[in-house]
Amino acid sequence: MNYCLKGGRLIDPAAGRDCTVDILVVDGKINRVGPSLAEEAAAAGCEIIDASPYVVMPGLIDLHVHLREPGEEEKETIASGTRAAVKGGFTSVVAMPNTKPPADNGSVLAYVRAKAAEVKAARVYPVGNITKGGEGLELAEMGDLVANGAVAFSDDGRSVMNSELARNAFRYGQLFGKPFLLHCEDENLSAGGQMHEGFTSTRLGLKGYPSVAETAMVARDLLLAEETGARIHIQHVSSGRSLDLIREAKKRGVKVTAEVTPHHLILTDEDVADYYTTTKVNPPLRTKEDREALRKGLLDGTIDLIATDHAPHTREEKNQEFGRAPFGMTGLETALGLILTEFYHTGFLSLAKIVDLLSLSPARLLGVPGGTLAEGSPADLILVDPDREWEVKEEEFASKSGNSPFVGWKLKGKAVATMVGGEWVYKEF
Amino acid sequence: MHFSRRCLLGLEDLTAEEIEEILQTAVPCKEIIQREVKKLPTLRGWTVATLFYEPSTRTRNSFELAAKWLGADTVNVTVATSSVQKGENFIDTAKTIEALGADFIILRHSMAGAPWLLARTVDCRIINAGDGAHEHPTQALLDLFTLKEKFSSLAGLKVVIVGDIMHSRVAKSDIYGLLKLGAKVRVTGPPSLIPPGIEELGVEVITDLREAVRDVDVINVLRIQLERQKKGLFPSLREYARLYGINREILKLAPEDAVIMHPGPANLGVEITEEAAVDPRSVITTQVTNGVAVRMALLYLMSGGGKSDELLS
Repeated sequence: MNYCLKGGRLIDPAAGRDCTVDILVVDGKINRVGPSLAEEAAAAGCEIIDASPYVVMPGLIDLHVHLREPGEEEKETIASGTRAAVKGGFTSVVAMPNTKPPADNGSVLAYVRAKAAEVKAARVYPVGNITKGGEGLELAEMGDLVANGAVAFSDDGRSVMNSELARNAFRYGQLFGKPFLLHCEDENLSAGGQMHEGFTSTRLGLKGYPSVAETAMVARDLLLAEETGARIHIQHVSSGRSLDLIREAKKRGVKVTAEVTPHHLILTDEDVADYYTTTKVNPPLRTKEDREALRKGLLDGTIDLIATDHAPHTREEKNQEFGRAPFGMTGLETALGLILTEFYHTGFLSLAKIVDLLSLSPARLLGVPGGTLAEGSPADLILVDPDREWEVKEEEFASKSGNSPFVGWKLKGKAVATMVGGEWVYKEF
Repeated sequence: MHFSRRCLLGLEDLTAEEIEEILQTAVPCKEIIQREVKKLPTLRGWTVATLFYEPSTRTRNSFELAAKWLGADTVNVTVATSSVQKGENFIDTAKTIEALGADFIILRHSMAGAPWLLARTVDCRIINAGDGAHEHPTQALLDLFTLKEKFSSLAGLKVVIVGDIMHSRVAKSDIYGLLKLGAKVRVTGPPSLIPPGIEELGVEVITDLREAVRDVDVINVLRIQLERQKKGLFPSLREYARLYGINREILKLAPEDAVIMHPGPANLGVEITEEAAVDPRSVITTQVTNGVAVRMALLYLMSGGGKSDELLS
């Protein structure tokens, strides 16, 4: 089916567009963008969609998602995770390799891609491990991973603690031109930590996970990247001090990019009140000052993009003692609503900047199509009602898990329809 | 006002009035436990369950005696920490105890916040008997009661808490209770065992023990655990005893009438010498007795009991 999206407000910073236009989708691609295309399109048999109540954006791309399949299908599957994605406005997700078994070999990546192809939802770009099993002891076969579709390397959830091995990975990995997505955590400094180390952890009697556990590892990885020339991307930056180091490194020309999650932009360690385990996340929610620094980082360009670190866990796992509950929260279905509510409606971020952070920038980082609705691009797009008021309800999640601290929040703005490759994969009207 | 909470999870959110009421109710309770025949019929028909995920001698027995002397039936569930790690489900266990008919669950748990989870899971009354490094409210109540016996008012009293402040639930509950009743609190210990931001609770930090004890009315000594040394937080028990042990020399630096407290069990010769523990200024054994009185008072109040004078009549 071909479509003409009529009269929506198109936000496409890559093409320099913020205007009310018609968009012609033919054979899964953006065919034409311009005024008054609808009549001609109707004559040619296109279905006309009235987009005039909506903002049309390139589909969002989430650089940091845990789909849990293979191995932990009780938390999420490729099918449920990609459906959650399109419901939240994401047309592509980048799947982290810490599955069971981990994506440290080509066959796991092939499995993930095959499974994703069976589901008519978001595109899935799998990431391969840096080290075998993600254990930080021996390099994974990076060539095999790339041959099977890995778009990047990551041991997400852990750092390669052995600095020599990390350095070797950065050197060897340049053969493939893929970025390293780095979870920065000095595991000695964070050992046993349950939440940000500070007054609140003292008050709650929970073992602290200090900011320096992240910052020290960010410093090491920046130095290794500078020395080896590797292209690195710092995942889920949580502390202002880490951001300072990234900012300085960018000025020196280190090939580094950085992401931040909606939860680190919105919540703080004080939200870990009464031991609700939905707020337990790695890296932990940090202080108000850190949150301010992260927000500034969005504006000054130190932070390149927003990713969710969607980390589903079952109710049984989360409903236990704080110290036993696993780290992580879901994010795919709340991210856009949260960003629009907290940053667009407050005037902090423009819609163009939001598209940049959630779509264009991740597409460029990975070198994949998307991030724009320029003529010839794949028709991965969303219709957004920026003023739609809705409440986050656990029972309405498409994800198999509901471990979100935002359940019960009232948000303003959401994706009401999502198209991937010219086909509607989610539509509320 | 009347203390009528379903749960005592910590002292942080109690008011000074609530604390005072518990302490006042403990006065007749102490009288009862000094009688030859201690048993009252007040809580006849009630069931008090202790659920302990950590070994404990005095706290568990103290609760059990308090319940028994008030006429309640008791059931003790002791779960070795190792079986928690094997995957024994805390929520299941708690629901089972409730289904067995417990009116109170007294919970000791190695993980901070476990009593909050319990309070969200079951409807029975809950008393936190110590959760991880968070709170130990009944220990603080018995400490406050002991000090009130000694000083009548805590207003302006200078208290120093010595030792592993970071991992101590006693320290935190004591800090909340003492500050609410008007005392001044100082903490001292190795800098690596002083938790970040502790000053924000309203206490003074002095890491030199000799300076910290100089002008205080009360020295409250905490138990030091060997496992902290293994984690590299201080070099050895020997050096700990040398720098932070309470001994004759340290007591000479403190005011002559300073009271010595310890929540027990003490590592004699490490955080306190045997000599200091049995010094006439030590109230360590009185603390144990008072623990039963305070816990009786709590069970009585939380079961909906009336004024403290009705307890004796």
